[in-house]
Amino acid sequence: MADSDGRQVDGVNHATDKDVKLQEIALAKNEGKELTKEEKQRLRKEKKQHKKNKKDDKGPPEKEKEKEKASVPAPSKPATQSPAHKAAPAPVHASESAAAAEKPAKSKAELRAERRARQDSERTSKQGKKEGGQQSASSKPKATPNELQPVVKRLPEHVQVDDPAALKKLAKKLERQQVPLRSDYGYKVSLFSHLHQYSRKSPPTLQISIPATVIHPSIVRLGLQYSQGIIAGSNARSVALLHTFKQVIQDYSTPPNEELSRDLVNKLSPYISFLSQCRPLSASMGNAIKYIKKEISNIPSQCKEEEAKGKLQACIDSYINEKIILASEAISKYAIEKISDGDVILVYGCSSLVNHILCKAFEKQRKFRVIVVDSRPRLEGREALRRLVKKGIRCTYVLISALSYILPEVSKVFLGAHALLANGYVMSRVGTSQIALVAKAYNVPVLVCCETYKFCERVQTDSFVSNELDDPDDLIVTRNGKSHLENWQTVKSLGLLNLVYDVTPPDFVDLVITDLGMIPCTSVPVVLRVKNVDQ
Amino acid sequence: MPGADKETELSERIEAFLSELKRCGSGAGSLRGSAETARETTSLLRRITAQARWSNAGDLMEIIRKEGRRMTAGQPSETTVGNMVRRVLKIIREEYARSRGSTEEADQQESLHKLLTSGGSSEDNFRQHFTHLKANVIEAINELLTELEGTTDNISMQALEHIHSNEVIMTIGRSRTVEAFLKDAARKRKFHVIVAECAPFCQGHEMATSLSKEDIETTVIPDAAIFAVMSRVNKVIIGTQTVLANGGLRAVNGTHTLALAAKHHSTPLIVCAPMFKLSPQFPNEEDTFHKFVSPHEVLPFTEGEILSKVNAHCPVFDYVPPELITLFISNIGGNAPSYIYRLMSELYHPEDHEL
Repeated sequence: MADSDGRQVDGVNHATDKDVKLQEIALAKNEGKELTKEEKQRLRKEKKQHKKNKKDDKGPPEKEKEKEKASVPAPSKPATQSPAHKAAPAPVHASESAAAAEKPAKSKAELRAERRARQDSERTSKQGKKEGGQQSASSKPKATPNELQPVVKRLPEHVQVDDPAALKKLAKKLERQQVPLRSDYGYKVSLFSHLHQYSRKSPPTLQISIPATVIHPSIVRLGLQYSQGIIAGSNARSVALLHTFKQVIQDYSTPPNEELSRDLVNKLSPYISFLSQCRPLSASMGNAIKYIKKEISNIPSQCKEEEAKGKLQACIDSYINEKIILASEAISKYAIEKISDGDVILVYGCSSLVNHILCKAFEKQRKFRVIVVDSRPRLEGREALRRLVKKGIRCTYVLISALSYILPEVSKVFLGAHALLANGYVMSRVGTSQIALVAKAYNVPVLVCCETYKFCERVQTDSFVSNELDDPDDLIVTRNGKSHLENWQTVKSLGLLNLVYDVTPPDFVDLVITDLGMIPCTSVPVVLRVKNVDQ
Repeated sequence: MPGADKETELSERIEAFLSELKRCGSGAGSLRGSAETARETTSLLRRITAQARWSNAGDLMEIIRKEGRRMTAGQPSETTVGNMVRRVLKIIREEYARSRGSTEEADQQESLHKLLTSGGSSEDNFRQHFTHLKANVIEAINELLTELEGTTDNISMQALEHIHSNEVIMTIGRSRTVEAFLKDAARKRKFHVIVAECAPFCQGHEMATSLSKEDIETTVIPDAAIFAVMSRVNKVIIGTQTVLANGGLRAVNGTHTLALAAKHHSTPLIVCAPMFKLSPQFPNEEDTFHKFVSPHEVLPFTEGEILSKVNAHCPVFDYVPPELITLFISNIGGNAPSYIYRLMSELYHPEDHEL
């Protein structure tokens, strides 16, 4: 219908003189634009219908040949339309011409009616399919879309190392993105053969050529800092990632014929693959990346590049400010209520949030002393110890094996978290669950402090299915000049296991302090749902 | 004088042994492990019996008690010394009673009935002289020594009764008894062992290398991962430094955490401990229970600037209450923790509990 009208307009254009012609062309352009949007939808439906017809009657190849022949000499119509919509009218023209060739006798009006009927039937059949599909799928268009969405999630690659098909797919994807593939190191304990185990001595940047054309240099630097453990800790990693993305956005320029909202997201994919090769992404980083991608794709297409970039950088800044900095202030305020004078507080490892809380409480003149528990091989507690001692807080330092000795003195335990899972389990540095277990046995309250941006929708019940394996050589230690595990690779039946995370069951945790308030461990899915509705 | 020479030689040996004991606490001495300490103590006591001057059982017991007090004072945490002294004292009592003709068993338990019927206290000052007492006592001590030498083998012989194939066994630190136990089972069965390294001494590393040399699949984990991997473990088999009178343990630090994790997952906790580790001590002596070593193992001197402002602790032992233990395997077979008090009464006389 529109086509015949358009053709008629064309005819009219040719007929009139120049000024009117220009006006008419402008009119046609506008009309064409509107029409093309509707037309696009219709054209798509017609394409589908055509495909269905082809499938149903195993359409004769002549139709295709005619289509091809017809599409090559594309009429002048496309000139008035935007170039992106070129493809759509061409097959329509082909179909038109084919239809016209087949039924030359039928008039345009009849064709119009036929097409309308076809569309209507298609629409009803589609709805019928949807109706049938509704019972199987759990999503109902009437209920709120966030409520019960089917979970069609792909299993992340980093827990599928034992599947050769998945590895091949990853290798192909990385090759396409020109990101180097990192190989595993050393003998892996059989329980963990589905996870990667990398060595710190072979960083992924060894295989990158200089200059790296695909990966932005600040991303390369960030990846190296991750893989060597220079930047560690969930907040630090997320903040570093967001700052690096700001730099990337600053240096980005939209190539011609591309939209910023789509192209930037595509540009970020190889960076993210590279970073996850350096070190598997944490839950907080995953949430940050999701946020950025959403913000980028929400940039309207008519926004100018500079404006869009400024907007994105402002978004990132506000994310960091809200979710990390202000959140830690709110959490400190709640947590300080829980610290009373004369308390003996036990902390484990180095959690930036817990350190912040303790420093703030000390500033508010609370009288307490801290016991820092540390564990091999990371020995992160020493860093926490330095920070607290610098503030002037009285500290004691023990290793985790001395926990039963020191716990009778303790009045409260403050733990940090790497992520809070949807079934209430707390994923944190390995050893946290042990501390919670022994504290429970001695009846000492355990408080977990966690910002809401670390909440994630995964569920997990043990520390095996999804974890991270660190460099096994870290376990080697030299005492009295002897180091027994030095040649562990040569011994066939000896394996070293250096886990990074573990999950704490919710019955060991008494309270979770978040920026939204103090909640029990099992209320995590409620918070997640509230967050999703807000967004 | 030959007598004086013997005496000086004897006292020299005692002094040498004492200094060995004092040094072995820091790991620098040559005495390795409780079994060797027990053997050395018993041989020394045999020598004292043979060479010291005594005329009756009472004198001998006085001498041994005195030397025993000195030895235990040299290294209080090494309880095997005291245990062996008490065993020898019990041997002396038995031999004395046998020589006298009466059975010692009847006078063992102090019951209300006996208090009433016996009337006065049994004045048994051990003052009678018997010619063959010395020989009998030395023979009995030799038997004790033979028993000590066979304890590890006796325990390992029971290994196949407790380990089935394809098991995952967890242990902590280094115990020679458990090592022999697992190696014996590995001859016939295939299983997997997870060793917690037990910082800061990291003796688990030695244990792991020694086990893997026998082709046992071994994995070393840091202490922090004990609870994380516990869900896949079938049995926990540990050694101990001392078995206390209530059935509890004094074991390397980290064992209590291991026992709690095992309890949480309902995994059986098996303790392999020979009988000479059983001590009549109870765990309520707060100041003598714990032993500490230099905190530089925990916080090295390279952390100089914060060292002066921080308290660092490095305890060596942990108390494990008897509720967390499933089974004791010793050279006389398997026992529940609630039976330990009974075994103790067979080994030691109640008057010897306090040396």
